[in-house]
This record gives sequence, C-alpha cells and structure tokens, in this order.
Amino acid sequence: MGFPRLLTADKSPVMDARPAEIVKFDNVGLRYGTDPEVLSDVSFTLFPGSFYFLTGASGAGKTSLLKLLYLAQRPSRGSIRMFGKDVITSPRSSLPDFRRRLGVVFQNFRLVQHLSAFDNVALPLRLAGTDETKVQRSVTDMMEWVGLSHRMQALPQTMSGGEQQRVAIARAVIARPQVLIADEPTGNVDPEMALKLLRLFEALNNRVGTTVIVATHDVHLLKKVPESLIMRLNKGRLSDPTGALRYPPAPKPKPKTQKAGASK
Amino acid sequence: MSTHPLLEEEGAGTPAAGSEPTRSAEANLSPPTKLSGPIPWVIAILIALVVIAAAGGLSLRNLAENARADLADAVTVQIIEADPNERDIQAEAASSALSAHPLVTSVRQVPQDELEELLKPWLGEGAASDNVPIPALIDVELSRRASAEELAALQSVLDGALEPLGGGARVDAQSQWLRPVYDALSALQYLALALIILVSMATAAAVWLASRSAFANHRETVEIIHLLGGTDAQVTRVFERPVIREAAFGAFIGLVIGLAAVWLLGRQFASLDSGMVGGGGLDLSDWLIIAAIPVAGVLLAVITGRITIGHALKSML
Ligand SMILES: Nc1ncnc2c1ncn2[C@@H]1O[C@H](COP(=O)(O)OP(=O)(O)O)[C@@H](O)[C@H]1O
Ligand SMILES: [Mg+2]
Repeated sequence: MGFPRLLTADKSPVMDARPAEIVKFDNVGLRYGTDPEVLSDVSFTLFPGSFYFLTGASGAGKTSLLKLLYLAQRPSRGSIRMFGKDVITSPRSSLPDFRRRLGVVFQNFRLVQHLSAFDNVALPLRLAGTDETKVQRSVTDMMEWVGLSHRMQALPQTMSGGEQQRVAIARAVIARPQVLIADEPTGNVDPEMALKLLRLFEALNNRVGTTVIVATHDVHLLKKVPESLIMRLNKGRLSDPTGALRYPPAPKPKPKTQKAGASK
Repeated sequence: MSTHPLLEEEGAGTPAAGSEPTRSAEANLSPPTKLSGPIPWVIAILIALVVIAAAGGLSLRNLAENARADLADAVTVQIIEADPNERDIQAEAASSALSAHPLVTSVRQVPQDELEELLKPWLGEGAASDNVPIPALIDVELSRRASAEELAALQSVLDGALEPLGGGARVDAQSQWLRPVYDALSALQYLALALIILVSMATAAAVWLASRSAFANHRETVEIIHLLGGTDAQVTRVFERPVIREAAFGAFIGLVIGLAAVWLLGRQFASLDSGMVGGGGLDLSDWLIIAAIPVAGVLLAVITGRITIGHALKSML
C-alpha cells in the first residue's frame, strides 16, 4: 500500500529555510504543585528533520516532557525555545501559532467525542481556516490511508481502540506539522498496524522533513527506525545513549549512512 | 505523480498565522445543543416567573398611580335631607358656598337620575320612588390634595352655609377611606418588586450554573481545541453557541408561558370591570420592559459563558 499523496510530494520550500534547531530545552525542571520534581535538569536540542524516540519506564516522565513540548504545561524552571523563539516569554496570544506547527498524538487519543472521525481529523485544518474543499480532499485521502474510509462518519465512542488511535494519528499529521509529537502511539494497535503507523511517521519525516518525536516504553519499536535518535528518561532525568543530543546530527540524516556519524 | 492539494501552495502545511476559519466551519465544531436537558426548562420556568412578577408589579404601579391621581384632589359632599325641595335648596347653598372656596376648582351636583342609576343595584327599582330618600351628592374637585385641616375647613364652610337653613352636610374625602386600599397597593407593589428581584437572582444563578455546567461537560473538548491551536476567540465562539441556544430556547418558552399567564390574568381582571381595578393596564413602555426580560436572560448566559470559558482558558497555557 502506498503512502497518502500528502507524503509523496517534495519537501515544501518552507522546510529548506530551516533554523539550526527547532526545539531547545535548557535546564528544564517540572513539578506538579508541591510534589517533588518529575523532570529535572532536562537539556536537549531537536534538529529539523530528525527522528527521535523518547524511552523510559512507565512514570519516568515521558508524557510530562511531551506536554512541555506541545505547550500544555509550563515548566517550573529553565527555558524552552521553539522555532527560534523563547516560548516562556512569548505572549499567550502567540501560542496558537506555535501549536499549529505541531502535530500531537495524545497518550489517550483525546478525540472530540461529539465529532465524527472525519471531523476530528479535519479539526486542525478547520481551526487554521483551510478552504473546505481542500479539507474534504485531504481528510478523505488520509482516512483512506489509515484504513478508515468506511468509518468516516463514526463517532469515537463507537470505534475500537485501534481505530481511535488511527484517527488520532491522522489528525496529528493532516496539517503537515513541522514537529510531530506522539505519546505511545502504537500502544493500542496490533504489531502490523504499529509498524504501518511507524512507516507513516518515517515517511512524514523523510519526505516532508517533519521532525518526529515518539515516546514509547516499547524497546522493540526503536529498532524499527534505523535512523532514529534515542533519548532516555530515568526518574525525570534525561540520558543520551546514542550521543545524538550532544553531537547534533546533520540536519537531515539519510538512512543508515548518517546514523553512524550521529551516534559517535 | 500528482501532488497533494495541500502541497500546491508554498507553505500550505504551515497555516497562515492568525488566520481564522469561517463561522460555518466553526459551527461544525460546536457541541450539539441539548434542549432535552433540564437546564433550558429551568430557565424557561424562571423567566416565566419573572415575566409574571414584572407584569404584575408594573400593573400594580399603574393602578396605584391612577388611584392616587383620582384620590388626590376630589371630595364628595353628601346632603341628607328627606324633603326633596329642602334638599335641593341646601345643595344649591352648599354648591355656591364651596365654589367660593379658594381650594375648590369645580363643583358638580350629581343629577338625580345618575344617582338612581348608581344605587339601583343596591336598592332595586324602588330607588326611583320617593319612598326612599336619596341624599344629594356634590362632586367637588380641588386644586390639590387636601390636608386634614383643609378638609375640616371645608366642613366648617358647609356648616356655616347650611345651619341657617336648618340642614347639614358631610364632606367625604375619598382619600380618607381609600387610604388603606392605597397603602395595600403600595405594599403589594413592594412585594412584587422583591419577588422580581428574588426570581431574577434565581434566574441569573440558573443561567450561570447552566453555562458553567455546559462548559464543564465540554471542558475536555475545550482543551483539545486549545491544544490543536485554536485561539481563545475560536474556542469561545465554539462553546458560546450551545449556551446561547439553550438559554434562548429557555427564555423564549419562558416568555410565551409568562405572557400567556399575564394575558389570562388580565382577562380575569378586565371582566371584573370595576373602577377599582381599572387603570391597571400595561402601556407600551411596560411591554418593552417585559420583552427585555428574556433578552437580558440570554445576555446573562452569554456573559457568564464568556467569563467561565475565559477563566478556564487563562488557566491553560
Ligand atoms: N497532572 C499530574 N499531577 C501530578 N502528578 C503527575 C501528573 N502527571 C504526571 N504526574 C506524575 O509525574 C510522574 C511522571 O509521569 P508521566 O510523565 O506520565 O510519565 P510516563 O509518561 O513516562 O509514564 C509520575 O510520577 C506521575 O505520577
Ligand atoms: Mg506516559
């Protein structure tokens, strides 16, 4: 099965004018209320067009870190820069523009319950004011690719976990985000579907140049994307097993050949 | 190979900053309106009560004002004399004595047949005969409301005029015997006002709760739309829609129920057709006030909704 047309085009010119770094965390700490910190001294840089896995045991702080990344949570300390701007000091009114450049697959999907699968996937486009005929075409295309053509008008509560997950992923990628953030995106699907979804992320990464970061506690998944860089969280502290974060890889590593250089 | 439509334009994948969808696209996102829930009906009942209380209060106010105007500046003089001729002479003397008084603007002796007509319900056809002596009545209009001393002065003017004729007359200030009625009207008016305030507060609270509960039901959706890059204005518009619809539905039903009740009550009172109840009708400005009640209810719902959503959004990054 081919990729949706969304992914078969050349990279858009926008991606060529890429900043040196797309996300930069500096000494970030996060605590919920007065609890001890769930993230401490987290510093890392994400480069455009790279594919990252964020691993760690359950409770290590993966979701918390991604929440900082998709601007659902303010850090207790440290600084976060995205797309060349300091997020912490940016006015609130500028944050929707940041968010529209991100695609997020939430840990528990977070589909809008009163909207059909189709309307859920169309949501980012409609919020961005995309022309409705384009919305219809893109969403139909995407639904076909995730194998939900026959379920377009279904409400989330009538769908299986795997179906909901595919809707969530379709919604995350439909607006061709610059950064795709996925929290355990393969948790509810069979291994075959997991692989297929991973291939979608890879294609988005390879062909559109989207920076991808996937949180997972499934170590088998890591091997499935050879060019991926790995970040590991352990009790809220980040380690860097591949060295990828200390030695930034080339802006867009090509499979295999550049991986060795990246993980020196 | 054909390119995806989104890729035909430069930067199509990064939606233009600050671009807003059309209203119809946003309408697609709004949660469905639950008119079957209890909230619109609670609002309907409360709005109906406000409408009834307001109509009652306004009507009482008009009634009291009319009564006050009627009572303010009129007295009746009664001459009780069995002999019709004597009675006429005494009435003549009383009229001319009263006319001379500075406080008096006009004097009118109520014609005999008018009196008989007035008394017929009580005395029957026999009133027309001479068997039953009927007192002469003189309607006296004053330039202003008379105080007790001034009424006493009028009485002595009458006494001065009639004593030589061997007769007597009594000044009846309607304001004296109607005062308790007038006081009761005022009390009722305050009662209606208090009722309006209480029911309005209950309505405001219901609308407030409705708006908050609608929002609480949709908080997850608010958060999702927020995280997917929806602006505060977009989120607010999306969630205002069901709140406005529910409140408007409740307010409209409430207005209809309230008006129906007011109309029925009005008909009951109109059929009484008594001077006492007359003058309690509502004029255009009163109807405008009543029509403003449901509008105010909907406005309140919108404001509450905005405040609630605003607070929730501000608590999100
Ligand atoms: N909203 C929250 N309030 C309080 N504690 C939280 C909250 N979310 C997560 N935590 C705590 O933070 C720690 C990290 O959780 P999480 O980021 O979900 O880890 P992971 O996604 O790796 O399983 C856990 O101890 C969890 O209990
Ligand atoms: Mg998690």
